[in-house]
Amino acid sequence: MTDTVLSVENLTTSFKTADGWRAVIRNINLTVDAGETVAIVGESGSGKSVTALSTMRLLPPGRARCEGRILLEGRDLLQASEAEMRAVRGGVIGMIFQEPMTSLNPVFTIGNQIAEALVLHRDLSWKAAEAEALRLMERVRIPAAKSRLHEYPHKFSGGMRQRVMIAMALACRPKLLIADEPTTALDVTVQAEILHLLRELQREENMGVLFITHDMGVVAEVADRTVVMFRGDMIETGPTQEIFAAPKAIYTKALLASIPRLGTMGDAAAPRRFPDVDPATGFATDGRVTQPVSADAKPILTVDKLSVRFALPQGQIHAVEDVSFDLRPGETLSLVGESGCGKSTTGRAIMRLVDPSAGSVVIDGQDVTKAGSGVLRAMRRTSQMIFQDPFASLNPRITIGSAIAEPMLAHGLLGRREAKERVAELLEQVGLSGTMAGRHPHEFSGGQRQRISIARALALQPKFIVADEAVSALDVTVKAQVSNLLLDLQEKHRLAYLFISHDMAVVERVSHRVAVMFLGEIVEIGPRAAIFDNPQHAYTRRLIAAVPMPDPTRRGHQPPPLNEEIKSPLRPHGYVPPKRAYREVSPGHFVQEAA
Amino acid sequence: MVRIAQALLKRLGGMAIVLALVVTVVFVIVRVTPGDPAAVMLGSDATPEDIAQLRTKMGLDAPLIAQYGQFVLGILKGDLGQSIFLDQPVTTALAARAEPTFFLTLFSILIAVAIALPVGIFSAVKRGTLFDQVVVTLTMVAASVPSFWLGLILIQVFAVGQGWFPASGYGGPDTSFLERLHHLVLPAVALGIVNSALITRFTRAAMLDVLGDDYVRTARAKGASERRVILKHALKNALIPIITVIGLSIAMLVAGAVVTETVFGLPGVGNLVVSAVLRRDYPVIQGALLVVAAIYVLINFIVDMLYILVDPRVRL
Repeated sequence: MTDTVLSVENLTTSFKTADGWRAVIRNINLTVDAGETVAIVGESGSGKSVTALSTMRLLPPGRARCEGRILLEGRDLLQASEAEMRAVRGGVIGMIFQEPMTSLNPVFTIGNQIAEALVLHRDLSWKAAEAEALRLMERVRIPAAKSRLHEYPHKFSGGMRQRVMIAMALACRPKLLIADEPTTALDVTVQAEILHLLRELQREENMGVLFITHDMGVVAEVADRTVVMFRGDMIETGPTQEIFAAPKAIYTKALLASIPRLGTMGDAAAPRRFPDVDPATGFATDGRVTQPVSADAKPILTVDKLSVRFALPQGQIHAVEDVSFDLRPGETLSLVGESGCGKSTTGRAIMRLVDPSAGSVVIDGQDVTKAGSGVLRAMRRTSQMIFQDPFASLNPRITIGSAIAEPMLAHGLLGRREAKERVAELLEQVGLSGTMAGRHPHEFSGGQRQRISIARALALQPKFIVADEAVSALDVTVKAQVSNLLLDLQEKHRLAYLFISHDMAVVERVSHRVAVMFLGEIVEIGPRAAIFDNPQHAYTRRLIAAVPMPDPTRRGHQPPPLNEEIKSPLRPHGYVPPKRAYREVSPGHFVQEAA
Repeated sequence: MVRIAQALLKRLGGMAIVLALVVTVVFVIVRVTPGDPAAVMLGSDATPEDIAQLRTKMGLDAPLIAQYGQFVLGILKGDLGQSIFLDQPVTTALAARAEPTFFLTLFSILIAVAIALPVGIFSAVKRGTLFDQVVVTLTMVAASVPSFWLGLILIQVFAVGQGWFPASGYGGPDTSFLERLHHLVLPAVALGIVNSALITRFTRAAMLDVLGDDYVRTARAKGASERRVILKHALKNALIPIITVIGLSIAMLVAGAVVTETVFGLPGVGNLVVSAVLRRDYPVIQGALLVVAAIYVLINFIVDMLYILVDPRVRL
């Protein structure tokens, strides 16, 4: 008999709105045993974070109301006094959050912030608490912990900050850890490290873990049992293996069918659409393979020996170093790699949003590297960009119709009346209705906004589009739909995409070719099948291995991850990068030779 | 530590450049004023001989560049020239009047901060409540009240009516220090209240900003008390805009001394400037301008240094 640490019974949480109280989660029931990991999975707005915050009673008291029971080792937290709750928070329940970059207080040292939890709960002196904080930092494997104790958060990378958060949450040896999307903002290799660390610490402490995530791959990796939530309701709950093997709820089936999975492409020579899921039945029909690209087509984009460097007082950031590739009409080349590898900077340098330091970019036969404003203007008609954040990249005060019409009017292509018709046509093309043109961005969901951004990019009938993490911020089902839209538009208009992404599973699905970037350089480039089925470079292998598989039966097949700070592309002034040699593995598949 | 020293040196260098510019601008302003300063000073009755004599005394007949050199050299030696009417060096005149201005500024800002910080913080924490709404309204009203008007009301009530405080002046030359400070209470309260309005609003806004931040949630999840969350985690992050506006307020107080000291009859630097302007005592105006500008620059420097203390990210 295991001990139940947390038992949530009939939890309903309501928020105060202008029209009275509105329930955002309804009748949630779940338990977490000691040593067990329970995942709450769902898309944005499903109420999974509200469930976690209700448990910690961290919702604003006047504006949120919880009903039901939340039993922590048999004691109802909803009846506890505020002083008792303070003893619970950080003492019996530890919590870590999604955003490691903003969850630490920027004006206090790491040591101080970890020590604070100990001072608050364990009645230690600051001196003793700092010594213990150091021990905790070593325990979460922060390299050179001793010298970093008195450093401030801005000197730590995202992964290291999340380790600090874990150290802080586990400082008082809680019985329960609530992890709210703890790895969502991290790179895959770092995610693998953090998940590995959490698992180890959980085993040592025999703690219960409530793991909140939208990522079915992570669920399969960590959870003993899973709770599926959808729009505030618990849809399904059960052992993780069973949920993956035989989902009962329609929504769960649809969710599982939409997940991009590595290794589902076989030997297809071109991208394959994501399965179309029937929302009524959850039944999926597997996606069709789109057209391959003719090998002798003239490239629409040629990038040659492109370098981008940023000068800092203490040296130079070699953001992009000696990058060369080309892109043909109708082709998708994916740039993959982790944050800071230079993939976005490459995209921005091609669009001349940053100026290249060396090398050339030829778009449709025209060298735009040193082009003046006139040529650039013309260039922006052939090439367009879609950004990651569908919330930030649309002006909230402008109707979406005007936003889409603006490029056409700015380039003087159409009059106002024709532009209006064209806007309606573009909205239909991206799966929205032409009648929506008069609405403002806040009236749309994230997925719809990304469709609007795509419509805006299409307005000038470009020949190629730089899609910078264009589907990364979207929920799983929406991600599949928007990716399919991009593939359909590619077929229809012979669009070329430079698809910048860190999401290997999506990349495998949508790419003709893939280039892997590391510290500003391309370490491996080649046809999609060659990169994924026969990766040559050590980094490519590591990157692919780190992707969590949405398959609980394969758990634990990953190699133990490395625990290291990400290397930095910051070099001393006057640094001359070594000349790189590439080896051709198979036709079109090149890998950088070890130095 | 090296970084901090570097930042300090850089800011000091910047400060020196600004001061050099100020000196030059002050010099030029006095020279480009229409008419001959000597003639203007002596008035329409002056004979050409008187004017020529004064010009020589003021060094106005030397070549411009030589005058500039003389001027800069004087400043470096701490010599701001000789007042024409007071028959004493400008530095002496300024020093003699510095005390009331200094203490008035100090007390005003202390009163302002003592009101603004707690009220602003509490208002942000209790956002949307009656208290908050009253604070928002009152600070709006207080910010639009001229300090001299409030000063006159205070004089009417507490000096003329109740007789608790002197209505004007700074006491005679042989009054005790405490007696002199007694004279400053009403003006300091008037200025303090008016200045607290702006600082309160900034404090409230800055606190509202940071109270929504993720690390505040982290602190709560750690089990920190609400008091600790607000006074340790939130406040230190909100300090940068608050320090900025306090610095600005001090600078405005110094510059505003001209009006206040006239209303309250205080023999401070502002008063000196007013009489110098009325009597066209150019060396005094020039010297006061320089000193006020130097104080401005110094306050900015101190604010910059405080940023470094408060926010570790500024050190880069």
